[in-house]
Amino acid sequence: MGAKKAKTTQKGEVSVYALNPRLKKAFEATLEPPKGKKTYEISPTKEQKIEILRYMKLTRSIEDRIEQKLYRQGKIVGGVYVGRGQEAISVCTAMHMKKGDVASPTHRDMGIFLVRGVPPRRVIAQYMGRRNGLARGRDGNLHMGYMNIGLISPISHLGFNAPVISGVTLAMKQKGLKNVGFCMNGEGATSRGDWHEGINFCSIHKLPAIFIINNNQFSYSTPTSLSYNAEKLSDRAVGYGIPGETIDGNDVYQMFDSVGRAVKRARDGKGPTIIECITFRMTGHSAHDDAGYVPGKHFEDWKKKDPIERWVKTLKAEKLITDAILKKMDSEINEEIIAAADWGEAQALPEPEECLEDVYYNQESKWFALKEEIKEETDARANNLSRSD
Amino acid sequence: MPEPITYLEAIKQGMWEEMERDESVFILGEDVGVYGGAFRVTEGMLERFGEMRVIDTPISESLIVGAASGAALMGMKPIAEMQFIDFISCAFDQITNFAATCFYRCGEPLPIVIRGPAGGGTHGGPFHSKNVESIFFNTPGLKIVQPATVYDAKGLMKSAIRDPNPVIYLEHKLLYRRIKDTIPEDDFTVPIGEARIARGGRDISVITYGAMVWSALEAAEKLSKEDGIELEVVDLRSILPYDKDMILDSVKRTNRAIILHEATLTGGPGGEFASFIAENGFDYLDAPVVRVAAPDTPVPYSPPLENFFLPNAERLIKAVRKLAEY
Repeated sequence: MGAKKAKTTQKGEVSVYALNPRLKKAFEATLEPPKGKKTYEISPTKEQKIEILRYMKLTRSIEDRIEQKLYRQGKIVGGVYVGRGQEAISVCTAMHMKKGDVASPTHRDMGIFLVRGVPPRRVIAQYMGRRNGLARGRDGNLHMGYMNIGLISPISHLGFNAPVISGVTLAMKQKGLKNVGFCMNGEGATSRGDWHEGINFCSIHKLPAIFIINNNQFSYSTPTSLSYNAEKLSDRAVGYGIPGETIDGNDVYQMFDSVGRAVKRARDGKGPTIIECITFRMTGHSAHDDAGYVPGKHFEDWKKKDPIERWVKTLKAEKLITDAILKKMDSEINEEIIAAADWGEAQALPEPEECLEDVYYNQESKWFALKEEIKEETDARANNLSRSD
Repeated sequence: MPEPITYLEAIKQGMWEEMERDESVFILGEDVGVYGGAFRVTEGMLERFGEMRVIDTPISESLIVGAASGAALMGMKPIAEMQFIDFISCAFDQITNFAATCFYRCGEPLPIVIRGPAGGGTHGGPFHSKNVESIFFNTPGLKIVQPATVYDAKGLMKSAIRDPNPVIYLEHKLLYRRIKDTIPEDDFTVPIGEARIARGGRDISVITYGAMVWSALEAAEKLSKEDGIELEVVDLRSILPYDKDMILDSVKRTNRAIILHEATLTGGPGGEFASFIAENGFDYLDAPVVRVAAPDTPVPYSPPLENFFLPNAERLIKAVRKLAEY
C-alpha cells in the first residue's frame, strides 16, 4: 500500500498507467489494428455522423460555458461536474435511443440530455437553481430527469441505477415492449453492491438492459488501481453469464457499434450486455478540484485522444465536413449557448415556500405545467434529429 | 355472512383483489412465488397471476426496492416484499434517497409498496423481530402504516397499493394468525393518515399502533374493572403522516396522554408525538406526556430477555396508574 501511495503523489512524473498497467493493456487492446481498416457491424449514417459531431460539440460548449464562465462568475451556486473528453460515450449511447427507451444517466452524461431533446437553456436554468430548470431548483447540476423522454433523474449514490434499470426493463418485458434501458455508470460505481445486484437480476431474466461503464480512470481522486483488481471491468460479464466488451470510449465508431450491437441483442430478447468504455476525465472531479493528483503527462496524452478532434479528423478524411461547415456549426452552437445562458439567468428563482411543496404527490403540483412546457420543447428538438424514432 | 378471516388473510386479500383489479400491480421478493412467502402471505398467487407478476428474486433487497422503483417509473404498481422487515436496511439507500425524494426532485410519481413482517414476540432474535418505523420516520416523502386489525390490514393494503407515493406497510407478525374478524365483502379502503378510536374513554389517551393496540385494549379492560380508569385508545394506523387532529382531539378530552409503541424508546415516533402534543396541546394537559416503549437495546432472543424487552399491558397499566396520580 505504501509504495502505491508514494507513486500516486509523484505529480507530473509518471503516466497514470504506471499506477495500473492492467488498464494500459486493456486500453491498447481497444486500439485499431495499425494496418487495414476495421469494419463495424453497426455504423452511423452520414446524417448521424454529423449529428454526433454537433451534439459532442454542443455538449462540450455548454459545459465549458458552465464550468469556465458561469461558475467562475459565481452564477452557479452549487457543484459543477462535466464530462469533458467523454462526450462520445453519452452522445453515441443516446443516438441509439428510440421512443420509449429509458436511460439512467450520470452527472457526466450531458450528451444524453441534449440528444434526447432537453434544450440547453433548461440546463442552464437547472444549474442556476431556477424554477424553470428541470428540477425546479430542488437539485442542481444534471440531477434532473423527465420520463416522457426516457430520462431518470440521477441521485448522487450512483450504482443505485442498476436496480432501478432492472425494474424499468422488467416493466418493458412485462408490458411486452421492444424497448431497452441504459444504465450509465462510472468505473467508480461498479464497486458498489447495487451495481452487482442489478446486473445479476437483469441477466437472470434476460432483461433488455445495457450497462455502460464510463471508465474515466478516476473516481474523484481514486485511481483504478485502488478501485478494482481486474484487467477489464467487462470481464465481470463472465460472472453474470452475459457478454461484455472493453472499447475505446473516445472512438465514435467503436462506441456507436458496440452500443448498437448491445441494443440489438437487448431488443431481440437476448439480455443485457456490459460495455466498458475507456476514456479519461479531462477535469477534476468537479470545478473546484484541480486534479493535482493526476500526473500532468496524463492530461497531455489524453488530449491527443480527444473524441471530438478525432471525429473531426475522421469526418474530414471521409469528406463529410469542410472547414466552412465546421465554422458554421461552431458559430450556431455558440449563439445557442449564449442565448441559453441569457435565458437561464433571466428565469426566476423559486419562491422560498416552494420548498414545502411536492413532498408527496399532488394533482395540483406545479410540476405538471412545467412538464407540459418542456414536452413541447423536447418534442420539437427530437423531431429535428434523424434518429431512428 | 362471510367467514371470519385472519390478519394475514386480509393482507393477502388486499393484494389479491388489487392484482385482479389492476394489471400493473405485481409482487417481487424472496421466496414469494413457488414457496408462497416465508409466512405464506403470497401463497397461490404464482398459480393465479403467473411468473411475470409474482417474481422470486435473488437475495438482493436493494434490487427488490430499486427494481420496484424502476417499474413504478414505467407505470407499474409494484409490491416489494421484505421477507422480514429487518432486511429493509439493505435497501436503505433506494428507499430514502431515490424513492422517497422522487416526486419532489423530478415530479414523477412513485407508487411502490414495501411490505413485510415486523415486530417481536416470536423469539426471532435481533434480526427477525425489529420494528423499523423509527429508521424511516425521519424521511420526508415516505408513508408508513401499520394495521392493528383485520379490517385495517385489508383496507390499508388497498390504499397503499393505490397511493402514488412510496408506502412502507408494516405487518405485525404476531397478529398474522392470532386475530380473526369478519369484514365486509365489498371493495373498501382505509385512508392513509387517518387514525381511529379503538376504545373511547374519558381519563387518559393511549396513542399507539400495531400489535400494541391489543395490549392497550387489554390494559383498558383491566383498569376499568380494577381502578375505574377509562382509557381512550387511539390506533394511529398511519405512522407517517400521522393523524394530528385525532391525537389532539383525544387529548383535549382526556387531558392526559401516554404513547405506547414496540419500537425502542430513543428516537422512536413517540418522541415526535409527545412533542406535538406538548407544542399544540399544552393548555389541555394536566400531566406530562409519558412514553412506554421498548428499552434501547437490540431485540433479544431468549424468552425472559424478549419478554422483558417487549412493552405489554402490564407495563402500560403501571404507567397509567402512576400518571393518574400525577
